[in-house]
Amino acid sequence: MNTAERITNTEAVRGAVPPHASTARSGAAHAVVSVGAPLLQVRDLHTHFPIRNGLVKAVDGVSFNVERGKTLCVVGESGSGKSVTARSILQIVDEPGRIVSGSMMLHRADGSSVDLAKLDRRGREIRAVRGAEIAMIFQEPMSSLSPVHTVGNQIMEVLTLHLKMSKAQARERCIELLTQVEIPAPKLAVDRYTFEFSGGMRQRVMIAMALACKPSLLIADEPTTALDVTTQAEILTLIKNLQQSHGMAVMFITHDMGVVAEIADQVIVMHRGKVVETGPVDDIFHAPKDDYTRMLISSVTKLGRTADIRLKRAPIASATQPILQVSDLSMIFGNLKKGAVKAVDGVSLSVMPGESLGIVGESGSGKTTMGRCLLRVYQPHGGSIHYRRPDGSVVDIVTADKQTLKACHREIRMIFQDPVGSLNPRMTVAQIVGEPLLVNGLAKGKDLDNRVAELLQNVGLEPAWRERYPHAFSGGQRQRIGIARALALNPRIIVADEATSALDVSLRSQMLDLLLNLQDKLGLSFIFISHDIAVIRYFCDRVAVMYRGKIVETGETNQVCDAPQHAYTQALLSAIPQPDPRARGMHKRFRYTEKI
Amino acid sequence: MSAVASPSALEDAVDHSSARLAVASQWQLVWWAFRQHRLAMAGLVVTAALYIIAIVPGFFAVNDPSQQNARAAFYPPQALHLIDTSEDGSWSVRPHIYPYVLKRDPTTLAAVYAQDRTRKVYLQMFGQGYEYSVLGLFNSTTHLFASGNARQPLFFFGADRLGRCVYSRIMVGTQISLSVGLVGVFLALSIGIVLGGISGYYGGKIDFAIQRVIELVLSLPTIPIWLAASAAVPQNWPATLNYFMITLILSLTGWAQLARVVRGRFLSLRTEEFVTAARLDGASEGRIIFRHMLPSFASHIIASISLAIPTMILAETSLSFLGLGLQPPTISWGVLLREAQNIRSIATAPWLFIPGAAVVIAVIALNFLGDGLRDASDPYNK
Repeated sequence: MNTAERITNTEAVRGAVPPHASTARSGAAHAVVSVGAPLLQVRDLHTHFPIRNGLVKAVDGVSFNVERGKTLCVVGESGSGKSVTARSILQIVDEPGRIVSGSMMLHRADGSSVDLAKLDRRGREIRAVRGAEIAMIFQEPMSSLSPVHTVGNQIMEVLTLHLKMSKAQARERCIELLTQVEIPAPKLAVDRYTFEFSGGMRQRVMIAMALACKPSLLIADEPTTALDVTTQAEILTLIKNLQQSHGMAVMFITHDMGVVAEIADQVIVMHRGKVVETGPVDDIFHAPKDDYTRMLISSVTKLGRTADIRLKRAPIASATQPILQVSDLSMIFGNLKKGAVKAVDGVSLSVMPGESLGIVGESGSGKTTMGRCLLRVYQPHGGSIHYRRPDGSVVDIVTADKQTLKACHREIRMIFQDPVGSLNPRMTVAQIVGEPLLVNGLAKGKDLDNRVAELLQNVGLEPAWRERYPHAFSGGQRQRIGIARALALNPRIIVADEATSALDVSLRSQMLDLLLNLQDKLGLSFIFISHDIAVIRYFCDRVAVMYRGKIVETGETNQVCDAPQHAYTQALLSAIPQPDPRARGMHKRFRYTEKI
Repeated sequence: MSAVASPSALEDAVDHSSARLAVASQWQLVWWAFRQHRLAMAGLVVTAALYIIAIVPGFFAVNDPSQQNARAAFYPPQALHLIDTSEDGSWSVRPHIYPYVLKRDPTTLAAVYAQDRTRKVYLQMFGQGYEYSVLGLFNSTTHLFASGNARQPLFFFGADRLGRCVYSRIMVGTQISLSVGLVGVFLALSIGIVLGGISGYYGGKIDFAIQRVIELVLSLPTIPIWLAASAAVPQNWPATLNYFMITLILSLTGWAQLARVVRGRFLSLRTEEFVTAARLDGASEGRIIFRHMLPSFASHIIASISLAIPTMILAETSLSFLGLGLQPPTISWGVLLREAQNIRSIATAPWLFIPGAAVVIAVIALNFLGDGLRDASDPYNK
C-alpha cells in the first residue's frame, strides 16, 4: 500500500475535526428530517474509474439504507465494487476514481442531515464526518498504523486534537478503549509499538482508534480477511459486542458468506457494480430470489461436504504401500544458538497412491514450509522423506543427490497459491506450460506444441490461447495454467499449496472438481495444504492438523471434522462461521490455549 | 491492498480488452506505456538525433574542425536567413547568410567584423566539402550543408581564437562525448551485472564480501580519484589509448551503483514463485538466471543505463574542462569548453560556450528518456 493511501486511510480512521464541529448548520445540502429515518441513505450511486481504454463502472447505480444500530453486510466476489462503495461514502476513492452521480444522505441523531456526495472531497465538512461520525477500518491494519509511534500516542492524538482532552485524560480514555477492545494488559500495551502486536491485536487497535470519537457508523472493509479463523472469530465477536454497547451501525464488507451468516442483520449482494439482491439475512440464505445470490450460496454450501466425485470412488485398498512416507521431518529457520524458529517440528505422515491428504492449519503453523520441504525447496534439518518410485525402489528425498532429486521433481510437482506471482509475466502460456517438457528434453518443436495444446485442453483452457501472456487471463484461468504446468511431466504426486485460496468462492469448487477429475484420470496423489476446512472436507480423504510446526491430529477427513479429538482441532473447527444464519455458533466456540 | 479489493477493476478491463493486448509481449507493453509519456518521447527523438550525429559527425559538419584560419579568429556567428528576396520583389525559400568582413580599428588595431549586406552566400544541401571518414570505413566529401562559395566559409556558431568553426567542432565532439557515456556505461554495466548478479543470486558470504567492496567504492570521493587516475595516464600516449583509459577510469566508480540495482532485483526475484516453479521444472541455474530472471529486470537495467549515461558525459566534460581528461587535438565537448576558460573569451566570444548548451541538451534529453523508461519499465505492476 502506498503512502498516499496510508494517509487517506489514517484520516478516515482518525478524523480531522471534532464530531460536534457544527458544520451541519449551513449549506444547501442540509435539510431537517425526522429522527426515524435510516442513518445513511444511499441512492443511485455511481463511481467510475477512467482507464486507458475505457471506463470501469466500479459502482453502477447502487442504492441501500444503513439502519441505526444494525449490521449491514455487503457481500460480493472480487471486482463487485463493494470496497469502492464503502470508500465512496467517505470520499476516499483511489485516483482516478470519482463519484459521478447519486446521493448519500447522512441523517444525524439531532435531526439534521447532509448529502455526503455533494461535499468537496478535500473540504472541511467531509473531514468532520470522517472518523468522527463515520469511522472505517481496513483489511491490513499495519498499513494504517504508524510503525514509529506507540499505540497510545496514535489514539491519544485523536483524543487530544479532536476532543480537546488533556494528556492525562486522553491516556485514561485510551486505556479504557484498549480495555474495551479486549487487549490484554492495556496499561502496558498503551506504550507498545504496533509491530510488537500480532495481526489480530493490530486490528483491535484499529477498532479502538475508530471508536475513539464514538462514531454512529463503523465501516469495516474486509477487516478479518487477513486474519486466521480463530482470530477472525474473536474480532467478529468484539465488533458485535461493541456495536451493542455503543449502539452504532456497522457496514461490514466481506466476501465470506460464513461471516455474513454470523453477524448480518441486513445483507446486500453486489455483482459487477450493481446490487442484485437486498434483504434480511435469513431470506438471503434460505429464500434467495436472484440467480447470482443462489449461485453464491450454493457454491458455499457445496464446499464443506464431501465432493460428489469422491463419493463415487472405490475405497483405497489398505494393503498398498504408501507412495510417500515422511518421518520426523524438521526444518529450522535461523541460528540455533540465537533463538531459532522451528517451522517444522518432527512431522510424520504418509500418503497412499491415489489419495488426497489435507494439511490444515493457521498461518505460522508451518504447513507451507512443510510442503516446500517435501520438494526440498528448503533443505530440511532432519528426518526423512521416503518416496516410492514407479519401479518400486525407495529414495530418501532429504539426502538424495542432485540427479535423483531432479528425477523426483518430475514425479512430484507443485501448484502454487498465487496465480499471479507463480507465472512469469514475460513468457507466453505455451512457454510456461512447455518449460518443464523443454528443460527435461522430453519434447520440442511441433511435438511440444501439441503436448501443450493437449495439456491446456485437459485443464479446460482454449488451446488457441497459448500464444497469450498471463496478463490476459483472470485469476481462475491463471490457476488452470499453473495446474497444466504441474501436469506436464505426468506426475504422481502434486503438492498443492493453498491452490484455491486466492480464488473467489464460485471458482473454488470448479477448480477442486477439475483437480478431482484429473485425479481420477491420471491416478494422482495430492498433498493439499489449506487453511480452509470447507475445502479440505470437500477434497481430501484424510487430513492432518498442524499447529506450531507439529501435527496434532491425523485421521479420516469426516472423522476429524465431525468428531475432533485434539483440543486445538476442536477450537479451530468451532471458530469457523457456518454459512447459515440459523446456525450461528461463534459465541459457543472453544478457545485453545497451549499448555506450556 | 491485497488481491481481494483493488485489482479487480483493472482485471475486468484486461478481460474485455482486445486480443492485441492479450498477445502483447513485455516490450510491446513497455512501448505502449512509454508512448504515453510526452517528455520521454521528446527525449527519445533528441537522443536519437544526437546519436545519429555521433555516428557520422563529418556529414553534419561544414568545415574541417582542425582547419585553422588566421583571417577568421573570433569570427562571430552568422545568422541564417531562409527567405531570399530578389530585387524585383519576388521571393523564394533559399537559405543564405550575409558574410562578415574583417576590418581593423585604425586606432586600437582590434579586429572588428562588419556584416556585408550586399553579398549573399547561399547554402547548398548535400554539397561537397572537406573529406572525412565514416567510422573509419570509407571516406566521403558530401555534407548536409556546404557553402555555395568555396572561398567564403560558413560559421553558424562563429569561430574560436584560431579561426576554427565552432559548429563543426561541436558536431565532431558529439562522437567522443556521447560514446564515452556509452562505452563507460557498458563497462560499468558488465562489472555491475556480473558482481551484482553473483551477490544477489548466491547470497551468503559472497554477497557479504561484494557488498563491502561496493561500499568501499561508493565511499571513494570520485573527482579526486578521477583526477589522480587521469594524472597517472602518460601524456604521450596516443589519443585513442588515452580515450579508453578515460572511459575505464569513469566506469571504475560507476559500476557500484549498477551492481546494487542488479543485486536488489535478484534478491527480490529469487523469492518469486515463478522462479521456484522454474527450479522445480528442472531448469538449470543458467537457464533460471538468463531465461527467467534476466528478462524481468532487463527493462529496469535499460532505464538505469539511460540515467547513468548523462553522469558519464558530465564526468568526461568536467575532467576535460579541467585539462585532465582528453587532450587536444582530440575533440570532445569538454575539450571545446576549455577554450572558454579565460575571461577574454567570455568577453569577446561568448559563442565559445555553445558546446555547454550541447552538453545540457544531451543530458536533459537522456534524463527525460531515462525517466520515461523507468516509469514504463514494469508494465505489470500498475
